[in-house]
Amino acid sequence: MTLWEYANPVKFLRLSERVLPVLWPLAAGFLALGLIWGFFFTPDDYRQGATVKIIYLHVPAALLAINAWFMMLLGALIWLIRRHHVSALAAKAAAPVGAVMTVIALVTGALWGQPMWGTWWAWDPRLTSFLILFLFYLGYIALWQAIEDPDTAADLTSVLCLVGSVFAVLSRYAVNFWNQGLHQGASLSLDKEENVADVFYIPLLVAITGFVLLFVALVLYRTGTEIRLRRARALQLRRNRQ
Amino acid sequence: MPDLGKYAFAVLAAYASSLSLIALLVLISLRQNRRAKALLRALQTKEDPSR
Repeated sequence: MTLWEYANPVKFLRLSERVLPVLWPLAAGFLALGLIWGFFFTPDDYRQGATVKIIYLHVPAALLAINAWFMMLLGALIWLIRRHHVSALAAKAAAPVGAVMTVIALVTGALWGQPMWGTWWAWDPRLTSFLILFLFYLGYIALWQAIEDPDTAADLTSVLCLVGSVFAVLSRYAVNFWNQGLHQGASLSLDKEENVADVFYIPLLVAITGFVLLFVALVLYRTGTEIRLRRARALQLRRNRQ
Repeated sequence: MPDLGKYAFAVLAAYASSLSLIALLVLISLRQNRRAKALLRALQTKEDPSR
C-alpha cells in the first residue's frame, strides 16, 4: 500500500468518504474552542489592548494562505511529473480555500492595522506580497475556468503555480528579507523571547489546528466534487460522440 | 461578552467578516458537491437505466 494508490480517483473518494465524517466535527470543534477561548477568555495585551484578539483569526488565515499555495505547488509538481489527475484536481480544489484565507488575512490585517498603525493599508513588503499572492490565486482560478480542455488547464495552471510560489515565499519571509515596513516579525517563533506569550500562544495553537483541519476537510471534499465533475464530463463527451 | 473598549469595531468586524467568509466557503462547497453528485447520477442513469 503506497500513497500513490490514492491517485486512483475511486480510492481517493473512498478514503475521503471515510475520513470526512471525523474531520468535519474535529475541525469545527478545534475552531470553536480556539476562537471562543481566544475571544472570551484571554486578557488584553498591554500594548495592543483588545485588538490582540484578532490574532486568532489573522495568524491562522495568513499561515494557511501561504501553505495552501505550497500544497497546490506539490499537486502541480506531481501532475507535471507523474500526470496523476487527482493531484491536479486537489490543487484546483485548494485554490478557492487559499484565496479566502488570503482575503481573511488581508481584511483582519487591515482592521488590526488601523488602530495600531493609524492606517488600513501600507505598501509594506509583507502586505504587498500578500496582495500579489491574492492576485495569483485569482489568476489561477480564472485560468482553470478559461481553458476548456482539463489537461491543458492543469498544465498551464501548474506553471502559474510554480511562478506564484515566489510570492508565497516572499509573503512568508518578506519581513526578514527587507527588515522594514510596518508589519512586525513572525508571531510564532521557536525563540521564546520572540514568541507570543503563553496566555495567547495556547489558544492560538488550538485555533491554528482548527483552521488546518478545516482546510484539509475542505480540500478533500472539494477534490471529491472535482472528481465527480470530471467523470460527468467524460460521460457527456462519450454520449456526444455516440 | 468581554469589554473591547475603543477597539470593539475592529475586533467584532474581524470576527464577523472572517466567520462569514468561512461559512460562505463551506456553503458554496456543499452546494457544488450536491450539484456534481446529482449531475453524475443523472448521467449514469441515462447511461445505464438499471443503476
